[in-house]
Amino acid sequence: MHGTRILDEADRLMTVCNSCRYCEGLCAVFPAMEMRRAFSDGDLNYLANLCHACGACYVDCQFSPPHEFNVNVPKTLAVARAESYAAYAWPRALSGTFARNGLVISVIAALSMAAFILGFAALNDRGVLFGVHTGPGAFYRLMPHNAMAALFGAAFLYAILALVMSVRAFWRDIGEPIGGRADGGSIFQAIRDAGELRYLHGGGVGCYNEDDRPTDRRKLYHHLTFYGFLLCFAATSVATLYHYLLGREAPYPLWDLPVLLGTLGGIGMIAGPVGLFVAKKQRAPELLDEQRYGMDVGFIAMLFLTGATGMALLILRETAAMGPLLALHLGAVFALFITMPYGKFVHGIYRFVALVRYAQERRGEAGS
Amino acid sequence: MIRESKDILNWIVEQGVRWQPSLGGTLSLGRTNSFFLGGGRAMLNALYLTAERLGVEVAYDAEVIDLVIEDGMFLAARVKRPINGETEIRATSLVAAAGGFEANIEWLKEHWGDAADNFLIRGTPYNRGSILKMLLERGVQEVGDPTQCHAVAIDARAPKFDGGIITRHDSVVFGIVVNKHAQRFYDEGEDIWPKRYAIWGRLVAAQPDQIAYIIFDSTVVTSFMPTLFPPIAGRTVTELAGKLTLDPAALEKTIAEFNAAVRPGKFDHTILDDCRTEGITPPKTHWARRIETPPYLAYPVRPGITFTYLGTRVNKEARMLMKGGKPSANMFAAGEIMAGNVLGKGYAAGIGMTIGSVFGRIAGREAAKHARN
Ligand SMILES: Cc1cc2nc3c(=O)[nH]c(=O)nc-3n(C[C@H](O)[C@H](O)[C@H](O)COP(=O)(O)OP(=O)(O)OC[C@H]3O[C@@H](n4cnc5c(N)ncnc54)[C@H](O)[C@@H]3O)c2cc1C
Ligand code: HEM
Ligand code: SF4
Ligand code: SF4
Repeated sequence: MHGTRILDEADRLMTVCNSCRYCEGLCAVFPAMEMRRAFSDGDLNYLANLCHACGACYVDCQFSPPHEFNVNVPKTLAVARAESYAAYAWPRALSGTFARNGLVISVIAALSMAAFILGFAALNDRGVLFGVHTGPGAFYRLMPHNAMAALFGAAFLYAILALVMSVRAFWRDIGEPIGGRADGGSIFQAIRDAGELRYLHGGGVGCYNEDDRPTDRRKLYHHLTFYGFLLCFAATSVATLYHYLLGREAPYPLWDLPVLLGTLGGIGMIAGPVGLFVAKKQRAPELLDEQRYGMDVGFIAMLFLTGATGMALLILRETAAMGPLLALHLGAVFALFITMPYGKFVHGIYRFVALVRYAQERRGEAGS
Repeated sequence: MIRESKDILNWIVEQGVRWQPSLGGTLSLGRTNSFFLGGGRAMLNALYLTAERLGVEVAYDAEVIDLVIEDGMFLAARVKRPINGETEIRATSLVAAAGGFEANIEWLKEHWGDAADNFLIRGTPYNRGSILKMLLERGVQEVGDPTQCHAVAIDARAPKFDGGIITRHDSVVFGIVVNKHAQRFYDEGEDIWPKRYAIWGRLVAAQPDQIAYIIFDSTVVTSFMPTLFPPIAGRTVTELAGKLTLDPAALEKTIAEFNAAVRPGKFDHTILDDCRTEGITPPKTHWARRIETPPYLAYPVRPGITFTYLGTRVNKEARMLMKGGKPSANMFAAGEIMAGNVLGKGYAAGIGMTIGSVFGRIAGREAAKHARN
């Protein structure tokens, strides 16, 4: 007996699969399962976060409904995965944010954007807010750079702290000692596996989403989103270095590195989430964790909003719309940061940690 | 068949089917057997997709309820579908690949008597042999012994139909097997397991009430694949016997005699080792180790029928032969429905799939050739 009903069901399915093993070659979940004969809560949460929701083991399973064994691994692990996010959330008091996550995220996003608009309006007169500003330092006429850096730095640090604390709880629960460090080789392996989404591949033919044909393109959309996000992050980092090391202030010319990175990233962060959203709408109901629809879509929307306001700001930065757009963009980014530990963003973190663990287990097996 | 079967491995990959890179854990099978990645359903999904891409129209959820055959010549099939109702489909050739009759308990009872009530059917409940029967009634020559089938010992707690691969047990070589009188009845260590896997169904079928119990102790639980149903456990042999509703004294005696007969040796389940018994009948000729470390554990097992061998006689073009020996003009058969042409008794691992794919390909080729002419 486990802590929750979904873990009981996951345990039942892993027992079925462990005596079947037909899906062994499809992904990392089944080989990891085979290293065990019984499953603790932590084991199941580990397996749930190893799963990439490719759908192959549902389409291939001879025991999927209407069979009386009623095996649906992707959906069960999706629900278990989402519940694990709440279970490991730090501080505990905020784990409730996962319950109606779509609502929580949209309220925070709306409040954040409104706060920036109102703040800008209160601190600047209309002439400045709707003025045309160009040249270095234009943005900082609306919000001083130091204030911006302090606010976002604080939000970012908080997100990191909360994520680290959550991952600690996860790491301990899946049976790894705190302080026992992962070896470099396993981390490198996990970076490669996550970077190419090695296990979002349906065992080789491709993933399943709307039906039993491996025609899914979530991997492409995810690469757009993920690398778009990384590029935007890189753009901001380069800009910060420019500011403090070279004394060069934003906005930068179009050919300059932060803008190039940001533009490429922004395109990815618009196109990727749109693709993922369409894929989500098409997903077969038997694979979908309906309860978490809000969380998933909330996250997709946040990324889209961040990308879209950023691109709009770039295009319209020399017009009177710059002020309000800057407020909207900063509001979106701020909301993205502070909600990171309390939304779907954590999927990447837990999956990565699970992949590290898996790489370690594989090395351990090969060694023994 | 052997000749074509080498070629089939590549051909089937060209049709979109993938093989499992390697299989860990499955007791001694990984090295000798190939498995489909994702299992048999994945294989079928891939084949159906390829067929659709080639323009083949597939009628799912369609039951053939009658065949119109005149003089060994197939004319049409009557088909029942949930939505379209009954329709007649005319065609220039027929390939029958509708499985054996293993799910038809009444038919099994004609040959096995009431024992068949205690059989579990490992595969689909739809393989009731209805098409086989139609063909035999319409003049196709029969082949094979109706009591012959592939049968293994599977967990007695499995569903009546379609429990599939996961109800199997690989633990026989690690313990002893007793019947409902708590008596051993066959050498559990006769040969390496994959070679003996397929005799235990018939052995159990021959025991009273078609039930048996694999009995082992806690030292070997991690030696075989984890099982769907947990073993039944007792702290003492008597307690275990109680849970299995066996006579405790008889079980104590059987285990004690077995333990006393075990000779020392060096255990190695991958070879025919020298751990054996002396002075009991039947002996356990390999891998015999004393059962003495509680908890004592057991799996109840029953005969699990994989498929039957009775079928339609075919020639090497997979063309059905009519009574009297004349080849049918346009009827072909592949798979279980003609397995009796290849299998008389016994079984070799993987031969079920091989018969289906090799003769399926031949039958398809010949049927197409006929249709084109
Ligand atoms: C649990 C289990 C494990 C097995 N393991 C192995 C193994 O490891 N290796 C191996 O080689 N073989 C194995 N086999 C055997 C192998 O699966 C079969 O031999 C093979 O699938 C037979 O193929 P087939 O096409 O002849 O029949 P099937 O695959 O049984 O297909 C027959 C089809 O005909 C349909 N049908 C029946 N009657 C009608 C009707 N009147 N109208 C319309 N449709 C009808 C049925 O619904 C079914 O879909 C196993 C079988 C089982 C059950
Ligand atoms: C660290 C590595 C990461 C891995 C291994 C990973 C893996 C995955 C997988 C397997 C999915 C599909 C299944 C699911 O819905 O859970 C997914 C969905 C998604 N990921 Fe990632 N991800 C990572 C990081 C990120 C990052 C950094 C972002 C963006 C900032 C991101 C954005 C998304 C989005 C928007 C979805 C779609 C959500 C949905 O449809 O429900 N991912 N990710
Ligand atoms: S998902 Fe189905 S086919 Fe795959 S291992 Fe589990 S039980 Fe077997
Ligand atoms: S859905 Fe895909 S990744 Fe998840 S367990 Fe199944 S095969 Fe593995």
